Amino acid sequence: MNTYLNKTYIIFDRELKGYFRTPLASIFLLVFLSLSSGMTFFLGRFFERDQADLTAFFSWHPWLFLILMPAIGMRLWAEERRSGTIELLITLPVTNTQLVIGKFMASWIFTLIALILSTPIWITVNYLGDPDNNVIFVSYIGSWLMAGAFLALTSCLSTLTKNQVIAFIISSISGFILIMAGFSLILSAVRSWAPVWITETIGSMSFLSHFSRIQMGVFDLSSLIFFLSMIILCLWINIQLVQIKKAD
Amino acid sequence: MSTKLIDANNLIKSFGNFVAVDNIDLAVNRGEVVGFLGPNGAGKSTTMKMLTGFLEPDSGKILINNIDLKLYPLQAKQLIGYLPEGAPSYSDMEVSEFLSFVGKMRGIDDRNTLNNRLEDMANQINLKDVWNRPIETLSKGFKRRVGIAQALIHDPDILILDEPTDGLDPNQKHEMRNLIKTISKNKAIVISTHILEEVEAVCSRAVIIANGKLLANEKPENLGKNLNQKSVMSILVSNKIDSTISKEIKANFKNNKIEVQTIDNSYCKILIEGDEKNLELNKILTQLKKQKLNVVEAFFVRPSLDEIFRVITQNK
Repeated sequence: MNTYLNKTYIIFDRELKGYFRTPLASIFLLVFLSLSSGMTFFLGRFFERDQADLTAFFSWHPWLFLILMPAIGMRLWAEERRSGTIELLITLPVTNTQLVIGKFMASWIFTLIALILSTPIWITVNYLGDPDNNVIFVSYIGSWLMAGAFLALTSCLSTLTKNQVIAFIISSISGFILIMAGFSLILSAVRSWAPVWITETIGSMSFLSHFSRIQMGVFDLSSLIFFLSMIILCLWINIQLVQIKKAD
Repeated sequence: MSTKLIDANNLIKSFGNFVAVDNIDLAVNRGEVVGFLGPNGAGKSTTMKMLTGFLEPDSGKILINNIDLKLYPLQAKQLIGYLPEGAPSYSDMEVSEFLSFVGKMRGIDDRNTLNNRLEDMANQINLKDVWNRPIETLSKGFKRRVGIAQALIHDPDILILDEPTDGLDPNQKHEMRNLIKTISKNKAIVISTHILEEVEAVCSRAVIIANGKLLANEKPENLGKNLNQKSVMSILVSNKIDSTISKEIKANFKNNKIEVQTIDNSYCKILIEGDEKNLELNKILTQLKKQKLNVVEAFFVRPSLDEIFRVITQNK
């Protein structure tokens, strides 16, 4: 078991350092921090709302992640397949599960770093007023879990292509569908032809409704479990896809 | 206990309707260097990919030092060092970083052992000059060497190298061949190559594959023997040979196939099929002197590996 975790950690470590080897990490962190705070203060009207909470900050996260998570995750497998290093990885004494988890964790921890770097806004709101810090903490956890679901989806889809741009586009489109799944526009389109259970399933997959429930401050276990299950499901498919697509 | 480090039987691999590898058997013992030859698309790389566990064969069995690759992939892969075609590596990493990553993944946990191995690689493969440079800035030759180093980092019993000298200059090729010879004593090595002289230079056995089928599997020097490719004695004479003399010569060597070629007004060439065993130079020279032919030079011409390769891969 120890060697199992050890090898997963070595993959994780290489991948995480990989973000910082190129300007990608700094560009991403810069874009994330400026967009998230910009949206909070300008579009979210943080000051005008005159409320000591971070709703204006978190409510933009699904839309930010829709673009930023595919940008982080697009290279995970597409690049390995393009450069041929996948052959090197698969012939090392590791399982596909270790590879998939190691790589995913690197991208997920990287987003955690981005979220931690955004905490000055949390400090600011405490300085200005008296917010419910439990709600903010749970929202951070929820935001990180949602980012994980986006990343797992991207990692999984990046196995399908050798081209990072294609991986980015299909991940963003799939992410958009998942965000919008709860909207009546989508649901009514489905309702016209599909049985009720399909409509309900699609409705319950909405990232947006799960995330807003977490954001309400109710420690909504089902929403947390939803994001965790999305991560596990996508990674499981990811592992199967690596096996199927490795030699294509 | 068998000394077979690689023992593959009845390997079959298809991609859709295309049969890439068609019932190939291959055994490699410790101390052997096997050269994989074949035209492009013959199934060399696919076979190597199966031996390293990258691809699963549709049917057939692969034993790596008696460990079933399918049942115990991790244990079996641990014994193999592999240089994939094109020597892929993480171009954003520095050479030392990359080799240390592969070393750790190969199970070298102890820092001292890892450092010793890294130092060995830097010296043995001549990587000192580029040790702390990102791989993407290296020349093709250095990238290939980094690929070899990652395959050797854990000092594996089995080495599988897909075109190890591709892209190297003649000096580097020479070095690489010497390296392969040096390390081959206690390893089983499989290399694929397009360069036939490489097989003669480093391999103890040559395996020829075409259309997924194994066509030959023997010592490089024995390759031509089973074919209609025989040695020829080539004799140059400074005389004109007319049809009468030509008939006489042919009558004297009834048992061997003879061809007489006119080169120009004053020189002719006599080609007598046969090798050292059935042609005696002295007798031939005496015979030709009797016919008043002045021999300028005489030597044996052996079929080149190139010709053998063409005959095997095109005729069968």
